[in-house]
Amino acid sequence: MAAHLKKRVYEEFTKVVQQQHEDLSAKKLRLTKPSKSAALHVDLCKATSPADALQYLLQFARKPVEVESVEGVVRILLEHYYKENDASVRLKIASLLGLLSKTAGFSPDCIVDDAINTLQNEKSHQVLAQLLDTLLVIGTKLTENPSVRMRLVEVACKHLTDSSHGVRNKCLQLIGCLGPVEKGVAKEAESQAAKDVQKIIGDHFNDQDPRVRTAAIKAMLQLHERGLKLQQAIYGQACKLLADDYEQVRSAAVQLIWVLSQLYPESIVPIPSSNEEIRLVDDAFGKICHMVSDGSWVVRVQAAKLLGSMQQVSSHFLEQTLDKKLMSDLRRKRTAHERAKELYSSGEFSSGRKWGDDAPKEEIDTGAVNLIESGACGAFVHGLEDEMYEVRIAAVEALCMLAQSSPSFAEKCLDFLVDMFNDEIEEVRLQSIHTMRKISNNITLREDQLDTVLAVLEDSSRDIREALHELLCCTNVSTKEGIHLALVELLKNLTKYPTDRESIWKCLKFLGSRHPTLVLPLVPELLSTHPFFDTPEPDMDDPAYIAVLVLIFNAAKSCPTMPALFSDHTFRHYAYLRDSLSHLVPPLRLPGRKLVSSPVSPSITPHEDPSQQFLHQSLERVYNLQHLDPQGIQELLEFTIRDLQRLGELQSELAGMADFTATYLQCQLLLIKALQEKLWNMAAPLYLKQNALASAAAKQILEETYKMEFMYSGVESKQVVIIHHMRLQAKALQLIVTARTARGVEPLFGMCEKFLQEVDSFQRCFISELPRMQGSFVDKLLDLMPRLVTSKPSEVVKILQTTLRQSTFLHLPLPERLYRASANIIEPTGESDNPLRFTSGLVVALDVDATLEHVQDPQGTVKVQVLYPDGQAQLIHPKPADFRNPGPGRHRLITQVYLSHTAWTEPCQIEVRLLLAYNSNRSKATAKVPKSTWNESVEALPQPENGIEGTIPFSKPVKVYIMPKPARR
Amino acid sequence: MPEIKVTPLGAGQDVGRSCILVSIAGKNVMLDCGMHMGYNDDRRFPDFSYITQNGRLTDFLDCVIISHFHLDHCGALPYFSEMVGYDGPIYMTHPTKAICPILLEDYRKITVDKKGETNFFTSQMIKDCMKKVVAVHLHQTVQVDEELEIKAYYAGHVLGAAMFQIKVGCESVVYTGDYNMTPDRHLGAAWIDKCRPDLLITESTYATTIRDSKRCRERDFLKKVHETVERGGKVLIPVFALGRAQELCILLETFWERMNLKAPIYFSTGLTEKANHYYKLFITWTNQKIRKTFVQRNMFEFKHIKAFDRAFADNPGPMVVFATPGMLHAGQSLQIFRKWAGNEKNMVIMPGYCVQGTVGHKILSGQRKLEMEGRQILEVKMQVEYMSFSAHADAKGIMQLIRQAEPRNVLLVHGEAKKMEFLKQKIEQEFHVSCYMPANGETTTIFTNPSIPVDISLGLLKRETAIGLLPDVKKPKLMHGTLIMKDNSFRLVSPEQALKELGLAEHQLRFTCRVHIQDPRKEHETVLRVYNHLKGVLKDYSVQHLPDGSITVESILIQATAHSEDQGTKVLLVSWTYQDEELGSYLTSLLKKGLPQ
Repeated sequence: MAAHLKKRVYEEFTKVVQQQHEDLSAKKLRLTKPSKSAALHVDLCKATSPADALQYLLQFARKPVEVESVEGVVRILLEHYYKENDASVRLKIASLLGLLSKTAGFSPDCIVDDAINTLQNEKSHQVLAQLLDTLLVIGTKLTENPSVRMRLVEVACKHLTDSSHGVRNKCLQLIGCLGPVEKGVAKEAESQAAKDVQKIIGDHFNDQDPRVRTAAIKAMLQLHERGLKLQQAIYGQACKLLADDYEQVRSAAVQLIWVLSQLYPESIVPIPSSNEEIRLVDDAFGKICHMVSDGSWVVRVQAAKLLGSMQQVSSHFLEQTLDKKLMSDLRRKRTAHERAKELYSSGEFSSGRKWGDDAPKEEIDTGAVNLIESGACGAFVHGLEDEMYEVRIAAVEALCMLAQSSPSFAEKCLDFLVDMFNDEIEEVRLQSIHTMRKISNNITLREDQLDTVLAVLEDSSRDIREALHELLCCTNVSTKEGIHLALVELLKNLTKYPTDRESIWKCLKFLGSRHPTLVLPLVPELLSTHPFFDTPEPDMDDPAYIAVLVLIFNAAKSCPTMPALFSDHTFRHYAYLRDSLSHLVPPLRLPGRKLVSSPVSPSITPHEDPSQQFLHQSLERVYNLQHLDPQGIQELLEFTIRDLQRLGELQSELAGMADFTATYLQCQLLLIKALQEKLWNMAAPLYLKQNALASAAAKQILEETYKMEFMYSGVESKQVVIIHHMRLQAKALQLIVTARTARGVEPLFGMCEKFLQEVDSFQRCFISELPRMQGSFVDKLLDLMPRLVTSKPSEVVKILQTTLRQSTFLHLPLPERLYRASANIIEPTGESDNPLRFTSGLVVALDVDATLEHVQDPQGTVKVQVLYPDGQAQLIHPKPADFRNPGPGRHRLITQVYLSHTAWTEPCQIEVRLLLAYNSNRSKATAKVPKSTWNESVEALPQPENGIEGTIPFSKPVKVYIMPKPARR
Repeated sequence: MPEIKVTPLGAGQDVGRSCILVSIAGKNVMLDCGMHMGYNDDRRFPDFSYITQNGRLTDFLDCVIISHFHLDHCGALPYFSEMVGYDGPIYMTHPTKAICPILLEDYRKITVDKKGETNFFTSQMIKDCMKKVVAVHLHQTVQVDEELEIKAYYAGHVLGAAMFQIKVGCESVVYTGDYNMTPDRHLGAAWIDKCRPDLLITESTYATTIRDSKRCRERDFLKKVHETVERGGKVLIPVFALGRAQELCILLETFWERMNLKAPIYFSTGLTEKANHYYKLFITWTNQKIRKTFVQRNMFEFKHIKAFDRAFADNPGPMVVFATPGMLHAGQSLQIFRKWAGNEKNMVIMPGYCVQGTVGHKILSGQRKLEMEGRQILEVKMQVEYMSFSAHADAKGIMQLIRQAEPRNVLLVHGEAKKMEFLKQKIEQEFHVSCYMPANGETTTIFTNPSIPVDISLGLLKRETAIGLLPDVKKPKLMHGTLIMKDNSFRLVSPEQALKELGLAEHQLRFTCRVHIQDPRKEHETVLRVYNHLKGVLKDYSVQHLPDGSITVESILIQATAHSEDQGTKVLLVSWTYQDEELGSYLTSLLKKGLPQ
């Protein structure tokens, strides 16, 4: 064993692996090849009727075939193919051929000729289509071989005249997928297929069968995707296809037109029935806009979606999409939007609507009214009013994309987006709110628009409200009345839905910091201060008052005159809030009060935060003090940990970093403490009682290292090494403690071996990082490795103990950004005194609503744990659809947890918490090891780590009162 | 030339009393059978004597189709079927069949019981009439008789409103009834496939209007209601029992749900309860949202809307009340109005048009002091709002429908003449189809050019298609076959089969032609020359030189003999069957030109 290990440590691993791999595969080959094809052959010969043969084939198709035996099987199938009279069996064989050629690792060159030959005498259209499909599969596997591709395309061209739509369909598909993309290649081949594939496909745009027409357009699109530049000449043909009777043709044609408009945006096309000419992209835009009022909603969705990505279109075309000339009795009428705007600009607002208020004014020249052929006219107006919400969503998305690229369009589409806030379908409302947020840089809300936007704050859906808060965070408001209105509505929202507190405060924070000058005149009113009288001091715990203060303080940050308006208690409240809600309240320069960092601030560069500096300074201090007396080190560590934790609480953006380092220092502290125990030198038997501290420390360090590795996002391999190193130290500690306490030597053998394996795998995984770990535990250990592998366990333990003591403290480099995963269960709140009653044996659904921050891949890792009072624990994996992603790095889990239990005599509390599952195999470092080459032979090797799976609780547990009642008979 | 004749008995350049006669390929169909709201004499019903003076209508009409349950489309039905006398089938959709009798009964009650008219149809007549109704599903093709078939399409407008396609052979007419091209809170938009009818008969109520987006109106409406309720005021919404009322209910219900509002909403009972019941049943006829969510909750099972009791009107606190009738001219809505009019916190919202003379019209035109019966003066302090929610297609909508259906002719009904004129011009200009707008009693004749379907035997089809290239939509294809016209049907079969069927023996018809050629050479040399010449010219045909000295080109035989008198002249005998006429005549003309030297 030891010899083996020695060899392993000093050799390169890839070699060993490869040898084993070859051995194994050779074995397999011999075993399987004859059995598979021979059995099939026997079976097929046995078959008396086509039905029998079909059965055999079906059974055969269920089992996978090894790469090596594919060719043999194909030959046998082909042999039967020629013998077979029944079309259905031939069809199955054809499909099997395709399936087999898909087998990974099999190169179908050898069967190309045979497959093409089979086409020659085939009469059945279905079988022909299937054979062409098989050829397509073969062709896609052999894309590197142009001559095969040419041949296949040629074959397909030959069958294009077939009378069955299925065959023509497949032929076109084949040409689309395999047709020559570069002109040069086609000429070299100088065969028939060198004919222009585009022309061949284009000829089938007028096929009598709609399915073939669709296939032709799709083939054309396929060619485009493969990099062929489509000719502009197709544009005319494609435009005609827009009027096709069949929706799938129209839908594909819309795509084709879009592609062409992106390829030739600037070329000029004539407008039929006039002498004018316009840019192609504008023409295409008009045509696609026209399709937004198509009869089929599939086409409408398609058209609306594509509109969004046509950014080269000229602005007057773009603005037409929102234009719908209203008229009534042939007289021009203004839209409600225009009227609202006018009302607003005339200073008169919210006059009650009268009958005839919208009475039409000027007469319209009947000749000038264009009812339908106006191209882009009103496309979005139609799209947003569509019957199907799919179309409306697509239209909103398209609006968003266009508005992002054109500020003037953004301004114009605002009214329409605001209107969408009242859609009947929540998804649409949400989408339009998000859209508005995305374009909010380009727009300023008018007061009447703001009014409509704010009305939605009362929505009962939390998603909508939160989206709206996000929107308000980045909205520009034009007047102080607007700010006041927003504040009033937000406060109303707060009283109605107290759970929105955090989100509203955050919203007001941004609102304040964006509009300091607008907030300034409102301050006396908001704080209800009076020039002569003292007003009563408001309640500091009132969320509404805090909300107002958050707004004001954030505005005051960039408005130095504001603090003059504050009354005394406001300053006191500021101090309190600055401390308790530091993420919402910015540091202010208040008169007569020193800013905490003010003496430092002039000296530092603006982008270096003092707190960041503090963090680094304290870490430097720790790392530099290597050789103090143990007592000093311990104290210093303790202080630093305390500082860091506090810093994390104060500075939310540094929390991840601070926590991470604090945890690391904590581990180090524990290790030092464990090693400082005076009792190490004592004899083992005396030691029994005192080992508690050391083994507990080892255990805790292990746990903490897992947390460090998996709970933080942004951890790089530099950190992972350190973490693993720390873990290794903990394991060494564990080994020493066990060696000290365990009786007998047997268990030690296993443990030592395992430990050495771990060292080994550590070295393998982090070989590139090793040079940087001079003087560390591992470094020393590896030096001693030859000695270790040959020595007895007791000696190993001794060596370990000394190295562990001598090893230096590794410097933990900090990554740019580090965030700690956190979760907060919003619902259940755990405050209810009413137990949730249900009949035992049945289930009750508990709604769980939680916010997750900085969790990577929450779908895979976040679990819900339910702990029953009897110690029973239940782990629930929420559905992937239960996770929503409201913003970068943030997730929201809204799920239902099913509870059940046998009957209890009285209600009791269960605990619900969220867990973060991890698997050390998936660790970021091991993922880099070239595992893929090992394939199946992995089992033969010792696993680098036995894939410790575990969970880290990362939310506060919430107690839920439940009461399973006995079932009544 | 086949023709379609259309005669509006009502709704021709007019709104109300919809009734249109269509005769298509010998079939007579009556579309809608409505009453006119503006008249109380004989003019309120269509003049059925136009159809026949004496004798039952059943003999003259093949079927009657009712598009939806509004009285101006179905109000004259019991009169027509029971009093004038019609026993044929009446077609309408299921919801229309369910709701129509309620409205007819209501109409009857008002005319007979309130106005005291006699000689009006009775309840029994309504029942009898409804027994003649055949209900149809959407997109279901109903065979009225062997040739006439009808098919319903969704029309929006009100629950169960449908457009009908009437088809005889290849000729077809689409009648839209009333329809709506923009969806509202409870119904979807009208939809039709590209059925390319010969004639599209469309309503044109809003022929000269392009409407604003519905959302603004809805939002305004909701905002008004919400503000008033928040102020603690009461909102009165006078409505008619069906149609818009349900839309407004859904609107308010969802808003209450969304905004978590607690103020009660009441709906005055009566007709409405029955109607709501039907709305609950016919979920498939409503819009996407209601259809999708009804599994969780039927939107018409109102959570916030409760039945109204007269005593509630005096309750303190905010509330919203829907009350009938819609124009505040009588009944419950007027009673409530009188109670609430004095408080400026309250509000009345008129959701539609009001006829002159009604209280509704007066307050809308700004009158603040109303004289009630008994010389009472009622001062109106409450706010008066007007919101129009109309469910007809506007000009753009009509054009959109025409674009969808692609008709060959368009005929406008159900609108004012002046407005129609504008739309007519637009349609002709933009679609290049002819457009008509007959007045009541005026007949429009449309000539059609129907294609005549012919059955072809599969064998023949396969054989013929095998010869040429793939069929091409653009090019007509020439086929050889025999057309058999028998028993009113056309069949194209192969000649052999036709002969067999008709029991005739086949005759061969051969054309023979002599061509003189000046050629002094020997006969067989001439033949050889001819052969070489033909071979050179007719490359695509099989030209053979037979051992007996004759030449065949396909099945055409050419023999050469020397002229009996002049040895220098050779006589070429060309013989072909009539099937090869084309090739034969070509050959002769070729040979007549002489051989190349």
